Amino acid sequence: MTRFQIQLAALAAVVCLAAAPFVLSPFSITLMNYIGIYSLVAIGLALLTGVGGIVSFGQAAFVGVAAYATAWVSALNGQSPWLGLLFGVVLTCGVATILGVVTLRLQGHFLSLSTVAWGLAIGFLFGNVEGLGRFNGIASIPPISLGPYALVTSSQIYFLIWGIVAAVLVLGYNLLDSRLGRAMRALRGGNTLVESLGINAFRIKLATFVIAAFLASLSGWLYAHLSRFISPGPFDAGMGIEYLMMSMVGGAGSLLGGVVGAAIVTLLKNSVQDYLPLIAKGASGQLEIVAFSALFILFLQWARQGIVPFVARYLPKAKRERPQPAPPLPRRSQPKPGELLLKVDGAERRFGGLIAVNNVSFDVRSGEILAVIGPNGAGKSTMFNCLTGALRVNKGDIVFAGRPITRDPQARIAKAGIARTFQHVKLRPRMSLLENVMLGTYARTRTGLFAGAFRLNQREEASARHEALMQLERVGLGDKPFELAGNLPLGNQRILEIARALAADPALLVLDEPAAGLRRQEKLRLAELLRSLRADHLTILIVEHDMEFVMSLVDRIVVLDFGSKLCEGPPSAIRSDERVQEAYLGGVA
Amino acid sequence: MTSDIAAILGIDGIATGAVYALVAIGTVLIFTVTRVIFIPFGDIAAFTALTLAALDAKRFPGTGALVVILACLATLIEILSLLRAGEFRLLPRALAFYLVLPLAVVGAAWLTMRLDPPLAVRLVLALMLIMPISPLLDRIVFRPIADGTVLLLLTVSVALHFALVGLGLLFFGPEGVRTEPLTSLSTEFAGVLISGQTMLIVIAALVFSGLLYLFFDYTLVGKSLRATAVNRTGSRLMGIRPARAGTIAYLLGSLMAGVSGILIAPVNTVFYDSGFLIGLKAFVGAIVGGMTSYPGAVIGAVGVGILESFASFESSALKDVIVFSLLIPILIWRSLASLHSEEEIEE
Repeated sequence: MTRFQIQLAALAAVVCLAAAPFVLSPFSITLMNYIGIYSLVAIGLALLTGVGGIVSFGQAAFVGVAAYATAWVSALNGQSPWLGLLFGVVLTCGVATILGVVTLRLQGHFLSLSTVAWGLAIGFLFGNVEGLGRFNGIASIPPISLGPYALVTSSQIYFLIWGIVAAVLVLGYNLLDSRLGRAMRALRGGNTLVESLGINAFRIKLATFVIAAFLASLSGWLYAHLSRFISPGPFDAGMGIEYLMMSMVGGAGSLLGGVVGAAIVTLLKNSVQDYLPLIAKGASGQLEIVAFSALFILFLQWARQGIVPFVARYLPKAKRERPQPAPPLPRRSQPKPGELLLKVDGAERRFGGLIAVNNVSFDVRSGEILAVIGPNGAGKSTMFNCLTGALRVNKGDIVFAGRPITRDPQARIAKAGIARTFQHVKLRPRMSLLENVMLGTYARTRTGLFAGAFRLNQREEASARHEALMQLERVGLGDKPFELAGNLPLGNQRILEIARALAADPALLVLDEPAAGLRRQEKLRLAELLRSLRADHLTILIVEHDMEFVMSLVDRIVVLDFGSKLCEGPPSAIRSDERVQEAYLGGVA
Repeated sequence: MTSDIAAILGIDGIATGAVYALVAIGTVLIFTVTRVIFIPFGDIAAFTALTLAALDAKRFPGTGALVVILACLATLIEILSLLRAGEFRLLPRALAFYLVLPLAVVGAAWLTMRLDPPLAVRLVLALMLIMPISPLLDRIVFRPIADGTVLLLLTVSVALHFALVGLGLLFFGPEGVRTEPLTSLSTEFAGVLISGQTMLIVIAALVFSGLLYLFFDYTLVGKSLRATAVNRTGSRLMGIRPARAGTIAYLLGSLMAGVSGILIAPVNTVFYDSGFLIGLKAFVGAIVGGMTSYPGAVIGAVGVGILESFASFESSALKDVIVFSLLIPILIWRSLASLHSEEEIEE
C-alpha cells in the first residue's frame, strides 16, 4: 500500500464514523460511545503493555481517579466540566508519576503485581471516602458544554469522543514513529540493550506509563460526563483486567488494536447479555462473567497475537521510499590517532568469594584494534561488562578519553562514546533494519515527546534516517533497509548490530565475541568490515574466543587467564608465548 | 489504644493471619512447582466454607455439580490431546484419573450424605469435594500454556479467578454462610480471653505447615516436587513428570486452602466472592517470602493478619486500602533482594 492508499483508507474510516449518528439507532450510538471511551484506555495499554512490555492490571483505577476528580469538580462543586478535565488529568498524571517512580524499577512479574496492588488500593478508596458518596457514588454530573451547546444526548457527545480517539491514534502513531517511540519499542529488548544505546530506560518507562495514565484519564472524564453518574463498580479490579483483555484481543502493541479490541469486547459483552438469558434463565448475570473469563482464557491459550497483527499479515505491505540525502547529524570530536583513549587500571571484580577479574590493567590507543582473549572462565565477559557499565568494578579505575567512567551507569558510558555489540545478538526483530540502526542515533538527536507526536522535528528525523542508511551501506546491508531484523541470518544480525553501534558515532567500538556462531565466510566478511573501520580511524576493542579470527586481524592482544592478565603484546609475540600456550592447551607435554 | 485492646487485636490478627498463612503456603507451593501465581486459592477456601455450610444444612452442595462439569471438560481435553499425540494406550488411565476418580468422589460424598454423618465426617466430605477442583482446573486452563511466561500465567490466573466467582454465585447462591464453631472451649491467657476456635486455627496452621515440611524433606514425592520447582527440564530428564508434580501440588494446595476455609467459616461470614480478598492477602504474605520461602510466607501472612486487625480498629473502611498499599514497599524490597538475570519478555 502506498501512503496515498493508507490515507484514503483512513479517510473512509473517518467518513463512516462521522456518518454513524445519522444512520444508526440511538442505542448503537451509545454502544459506540462506550467503545470509544474504552478504546482510549486500551490504546494506552497497547503502548504500555504491547509496546513497552509492562503488564498493568490497574488502568481502571486511573480511569476512576479522573472520573471522580471531574465529578467532584462539576457535580459537587458546581464548576465547569472543563475544569474537571484539567483537574482529572493533572491528578491522574500526578498519581501515575508517583506510582511510576516508586514501582517502575521493579522487575518482571513484580512490576505487574504492584499494579494489582495499587489498582486494588485505589479501587477500594472510591467506595470508602466520605466525600465521594461511598458505594452510592456521585449522581447528577453535568454534561460537557462546548460554548453554549451542552452535549446531552449520546449522538452529541459522540463526535467529541471519536474526535479524541482519532486524534489520539494519529498522535500515537506519530509518536511511535519518532525518536522516543523507537526507544519505547526497544524496551522489550531488556534494560541492557536500551541502556547500551544511551537511553535512560527508566525515564522511557515512566513516560510510557504516564502517557497510558493520561489516556485513561481522558477516558474517565468522558465516562463521567457521558453516564452522568459514577460509582466504584466500573473502576474495580475486574474492569482493570477487562481493559487488559481489550488491548490483548485487539493485538498488544497495535494502537488500532486497542480500538478493535474495545469494540469486540464491548459488542461481545453486549451480545452475551442478550443471548445468555435464552440459554440459562435467571442466571445470566453470573454466567456472563464466567463466559467472558472463559473466552479470555481460550484467547490467551490459542491466539495471543491478537486480531490486528493477524489481519495485517494478509494486507499488502506498505511501500516505503528510501531515505533521501539530508544534512548530517552532528559528530563528536574524535581523538587523534595514537592518543590514549581507554585506560583500565587495576580493575577488580568479585562475585562473593570468586574473583572474576583480578587486578587487570591495560590501555587502548586511538586507531588500533585490541583483542582481549583467554580460555573459558578467564574473566573476559566480566571485564567487558565492567567496561560498558553493565557491572561495577569493586576496585580500580577506568578512564575513557580523559574522563573517569568507573562509576558511571551504562547509558552515560554509551553517551560518552563507547558503543557496544552483544554476544547474544540483541536486536528488535519486529523492527526494520533501518529502525534498528536509527536506535543507535538516539543519543545524537533530541526530538522530545511533543515534537515527536506532532511531527515538529522532521529535519532531524530525516537526518537520522539518512545517517542510518549510510551506516547500513557502510557495513554492506544497504540494499534492503525495510526488511525486518528478525529475518536476517545470524552473521548479518551481528553486522547489523555493528551498524547500530556505528550510528552512535562512537570513539570506541567494543565487540563481545563477534565471531561466535559464525560460519567461515561470515567471519571473513566480518574481519574485512572491521579492517575497513580501522582504516576510517575507528578504535575497536574485541573480546573474543576465536584465535584464528583474532590473530589475523588485531594490532595488539591482552590475554586473561583465571581473572588475571597473563601477558600483552602483538599477535606474533602472543602466539609464541609459552604461558599462553599452557593456558589454552594445558601445558606443553 | 490500651494494652488490653492491643492484646485482643493481636490475637485476632494472629488467628486471621494463620488462615492466610495456610492459603499462602499453597500459593508458594504452586508457584514454585508450576510458576503459576494461583490467585483462585482464596476462592477454593471460600467454596470449602460454602460446601461445609450446605452439608451442615443437609443439602448436597453445588461443589458436586462443579466437580462433575470440570471432570467432563478435563477428560474431553485430555482425550483430545492424547488422540492427537497418538498415545492410545494412555487413554484408560486418563479416563480413570480425570473422569472416574472425581465422579467416584462425588458419588461417595452423595451416598454418605444420606447417612446423616457427624461433623468430623462432614469436614472430610467438604475437603474431598473441594480437592479435585484445582487439579482439574490445572488440566483445563494451565496445562496448555505450561511453558508460557510468568506474566501470561498470572493474567490467565486472574481471569480464572473471575470465572470462579461467577461459578460460585451460580452454584452456591448469593447468601453468606457462617458455620457452627468447631469447639466451644475457651481459655484465658495473661488476662485475655482466647476462644478455642482461635487456638484451633493456630494449631491447624502449625500442624499443616509442619506436615508439609516433613513431606518435602523426607518423602520421595516431596523431593521430586522440589526438584521440579528448581528446574523443570532437569527434573524431566530425571524421570519426574512436571505435569504430575503439578497435580500433586494442586491437590496439596487445595487441601491447605480447604482447611483454611473450614477454619474461617465459623469466625467470618463467607460469601461466594469472599475468596478474592483471602487469596490476595495470602498472596501478599507469600510475596513477603519472595514466593519461594514457606517460613517467609507464614511470617508474611501472619503479619498481614495482624496489620489488618489493627488497621480495621483504626479505620475499618480503609483496612483493605492499607493492606494493599503496603504491598508496594514489600514488592520493592523483594525485587531489590532477588538478584535475577534480566528476563526476556515474550515477543
